[in-house]
Parts: sequence; structure tokens; C-alpha cells
Amino acid sequence: MSARSSAEGSPLPSSAEGSPLPSSAEAPPPSAGGSPPAVEVRGLHVRLDGAPILAGVDLSVAPGEWVTVIGPNGAGKSTLLRAVGGLLPAPGAISLFGTPSEALRRRDRARVVATVAQSPVVPAGMAVFDYVLLGRTPYIPALGRESAADLAAVREVLDRLDLDGFAHRELATLSGGERQRVFLARALAQGATLLLLDEPTSALDIGHQQEVLELVDQLRREHGLTVLATMHDLSVAGEYADRMVLLAAGRVAAAGPPREVLTEELLARHYRASVRVLPGERGPLVVPVRRP
Amino acid sequence: MQKAITRGPSFAGRPAGLRPGWLAAGVLAVLVALVAGVSLGPVSLPPGSVAAELLNLLPGVRLDSGLTEREIAIVTELRLPRVVLGLLVGGLLALAGGCYQGVFRNPLADPYLLGVAAGAGLAVTAVMALGAGAGGALTGLPVTVPLAAFVGSLGAVAMTYVIGAAGGPGRSTAALILAGVAVSAFLSAGQTYLLQRNSDTIQQVYSWLLGRLATAGWHDVRMVLPYFLLTAVVVLAHRRELDVLSVGDDEATGLGLHPQRSRYLLIAAASLGTAAAVSASGLIGFVGIIVPHTVRLLAGASYRVILPLSLLFGGAFLALTDVVARTAAAPTEIPIGVVTALLGGPFFVLVLRNSRRTLT
Repeated sequence: MSARSSAEGSPLPSSAEGSPLPSSAEAPPPSAGGSPPAVEVRGLHVRLDGAPILAGVDLSVAPGEWVTVIGPNGAGKSTLLRAVGGLLPAPGAISLFGTPSEALRRRDRARVVATVAQSPVVPAGMAVFDYVLLGRTPYIPALGRESAADLAAVREVLDRLDLDGFAHRELATLSGGERQRVFLARALAQGATLLLLDEPTSALDIGHQQEVLELVDQLRREHGLTVLATMHDLSVAGEYADRMVLLAAGRVAAAGPPREVLTEELLARHYRASVRVLPGERGPLVVPVRRP
Repeated sequence: MQKAITRGPSFAGRPAGLRPGWLAAGVLAVLVALVAGVSLGPVSLPPGSVAAELLNLLPGVRLDSGLTEREIAIVTELRLPRVVLGLLVGGLLALAGGCYQGVFRNPLADPYLLGVAAGAGLAVTAVMALGAGAGGALTGLPVTVPLAAFVGSLGAVAMTYVIGAAGGPGRSTAALILAGVAVSAFLSAGQTYLLQRNSDTIQQVYSWLLGRLATAGWHDVRMVLPYFLLTAVVVLAHRRELDVLSVGDDEATGLGLHPQRSRYLLIAAASLGTAAAVSASGLIGFVGIIVPHTVRLLAGASYRVILPLSLLFGGAFLALTDVVARTAAAPTEIPIGVVTALLGGPFFVLVLRNSRRTLT
């Protein structure tokens, strides 16, 4: 299980205009009474074109925690993330750091939550630096231009993610792993402490999967970020998450530490999969096996 | 590895923006087009003298250009308004094209392919036909034609957008353009019908349709100028937002924007600009494709670069094309819309090939 030592991050971005990467050393210590959860979802119902996608989902993510949502195709994982990110109306169902989501203006929400979509659009001809600079949009006046602080923030993030050699490369020319780092950099440049990652590794080979997830985990611990992710690879998901939520047919079927969610019985029932679950050092390992 | 070489504060990342060199090149292109446009014609005037005479128009400048009274009149009353109108119309069409390409995230978007110009054309034809019936009282008003064109262009772009979006949220490049083609055909048919029913106005409408700068006077410039300024200010003010929109609506929303709100505003502004251009000079196609794509290729893909440079180079392009239109087959003039279409057709094929490789 990954360490939760310094995981209690600041409840809100350290400053509106400042560094995109607050150091967790500056973050206030966890208060005894408990700060409000980074994400609180209560009885979330979403219907798309009349079909129920989510039917009463409850979810709570503590500041600094990494929660991964798993579930079979069509279970509603991406829809849940979209609702938390404010892309779907969910009146009354979602609070971010204690504030009802719909009470946040879009720009303010963008300073609190950053989303990395499953396969983000790569604009033709856009350089990495400009793409990451888009992350500063919530800080740039509507018809204005970026400030020196915004540029400094972008440089800081690029430097932190070892991307400064790529700054003037065209995004479209980078490899899958490099691109994923750039998508992450854009999200970090937003200065948000809550990261929503929709299938962050689905386009990557196994080595790059580990590299990206290690990076996310490191950033989370260093800067007190909260991570809510969806993932398909169950073993990998279990190794990085503090808690997992199994979503099936729009409902929470199970939630808890990976070893309680990744069980042969639950996976057989909800994925209709035949698997063996082996104990691993940092989380259960799920191995698909052919039915006898 | 690279960190050791370029790290920390000395690392000089800078955003895509309009480089001063490109801005200077754009301004220079406009000045060259201005002098060339005024100098060349049935009576050729020395460019140096023309430049001096143009400078004389600035307050407080008094140079001896060596031109006769008659030549000065040719410069200031005949050729200058025509060239200035060409600059304004070309700038508007190129700016509108670049803006539509960003708003629709579609490299083939253009005032003509989206049916916007056809909508404006139908509306203007209707006003001319009805106006002739009403004894010219209607068309006599300076705002009637641009206003009708604006209503027509907005109606057309709305139709194209709705039809093109009917395929679902994953609106493809092709669907929107096909919708534009269908809308154009539909509106052109309406226009043909109107013309047939009002054959007395056919000559007037026909010469206007093919694109004309020939009869331009200062009153045309005065009519276009306010729309030009309004469109340019609104579109240029949103150039950074168009870059954000290029990552898609979801991500733009996640970054704190209201994509649909920006989109409607920008469509209205670009359509207003197109309508003003069409009502002054008829249908001049392909400027909105040729200019923004050339700028994108040479100066950079950011709308912060594309839009201001399209305004400048679009103006210069059309003013110079007009020189070709009136000198290539002298003493007769080729309609300028024919010249831009001859250039634009092959160019469009290039863009289509290129966009299939990179943008589907």
C-alpha cells in the first residue's frame, strides 16, 4: 500500500496567482476535526438521452488521497469523473473541498479541479509550451494575456516534469508517454489540488504506465494533491490507489482498500471475468485465467 | 539529460505570439499593395509619386509628387477608394475565414463553403429585387443592404451548423462542409428564382455577384468601415480564447471557459464581417481559405498569430488580386471573384489533402 505520510494536502490551491505546485511542507497540518473532503458525492443520478448512467452514487475522497474508480465498460466511470469535473450538471450532488460544485464559477472551479481526459485533443501545430500554458487560462483575464507569473508557472511545471527540452516541440510529434507527461503538465499548471485522471495510462505500454503513475504518486506526495482516477488495468490500479471504488451498472458495488475490492468473487460477479487474485507487495495482483 | 543544459530560471520558454518581424511584414505587404494598387491601371503612375501623394493625405505632410491635377484626382477619387475597399474586404474575408476555422475546429471552414456568403447573397438579391419594385426607396438607405446581408449570413450559418451537427456530437469536418454545400446550393437556387422573377435587376445583381471593386467609391469604404472595425475588434480580442477552444469544448470548459457562448459571439462577429464584405463587393471566394492557411504554414498555428496576420495579408492579397483582375486582360476587367476562385480552387485541394493527413 502506498504511503499516506504526507498526504494531507492543503484544502484549496495555495494561492490563486502563485505557484502551480504548492509544497506540502507549506500546507497546514491536518486539523483534528478533519478538513472537508476534497470530493463529496451524494446520491448522484445522471441520465444521458433518457438512459440512466449513474443511479445514486456516493463517494468521498479525502484531501491527499488517491482513489481509483474501476468497473466494467459502460459502468459510468467516465460519467462520474465528468460530473465531478463540472462537465455535467449535478445539482446538489457534488461538493468540492466543502463547497457545492454548482456554487463555484467556472474559472474558480478550474483553479480547484484539473482533468486529464482519456484521449485529449492534440491541436495541430501547437507547441508543448503553448499547450501547457493553456492550463493557466483560469488565471488569465478573459480578453487579456498571460502574465510573467503565468509564464514562470509553466516553466516551473515543465522543469518539474523534465519537459523543458520539449518546450518548443510540436505536441503532435511526441510519443505517447511524452504526451501523457505534457497532458499532466497542463493539468498541474492549472494549480489545482484535485486531479481527475480518466484512464491516464490506456494509451501507454507497461513501462510508460508505471513511469506516469509513479510520477503522479510522487507529485501527489510532494505537493499534497488529491487524485481521483479511473483505470482498466486492475493490478496496476490496486498498486497505486489508497482506496478503490467498484462501479457497476451506475451504482457503487464495492468500495475500500484494494484488497477488499479486488476479490475473485466481486470481479467474477461484476466483470463476469475469470481471474485469480494473488497477494502482491503493494496490492493484490489480478491475473486473468481461462475458464476451466 | 536536457535538464542539465537548459534548466531553472534561465530556461527561456516563451509562448507563441505575434513576432514583431511578422507584424512588420504584414504592414509592409499592406503598404506595397496600397502603392501598387494605386499606381497600376490603364494610366500607369510612377510608384514614387503615388507614395508621395498618399503621404500628402496625412495631416501636416506636404510633398511634391510631380503629378498633374488630373492624375491626383485619379489617385484620390478613383483608385484609392477601390484599393482601400479591397484592403478592408480582403482583411474581413480572411479574418472571418480564420475565425470560422477556429470556432468550428475545421480547417476547411470559410465564409463561402459554410454558405454564409450565399445567405448574404440571397438576402441582398432579395433586397435589390424588392427595392427595385418599391422604386429604389429601400436600397437607398445605407444600412439596408448590409443589414439584409447580415441577417442572411446568420441564417445561413445557423442552418449549416444545425444540419452539420445533426450527425451527433462527433461532428466531422466533412459533415459541416457538406452541410455548407447543401445550404449554399439551396440558397443559390432561391437566388436564381428571385432573379428570374425580376429580370429587370438581373444585370445589376449579376455584376455585383461576380465580385466587384471596380465601381467602388468612398461611400462604399464608409459603409464597410464600421463593420470592419467592429468585427476586427471582437475577433482579435478573442484570439487567445480560440487557442483554448482548439482543445475541444470539454477541456475548454474544464479550463473555465464557456465555449458555446464564445462560439456564438465569434460566429456572429465573423458573419457580420462577411456580410459587410459581401454587400460591398459581392461574392469573392476562397480568400478565407488561402490567407489563413498560408499564414498558419509560415508564421505559426496559434490564432494569436493567424488572426492579426490574416487581417493584414488578406487585405494585401485582395488588393493585389484586384490589380491582376484589372490589368491581366486590359482593357477589359476580369471579375475579381473569378481570379480568387482560379487561385483558390487548387489551393483548396492542397488544404484538403493536408488536413486529411493531420486533422481527421
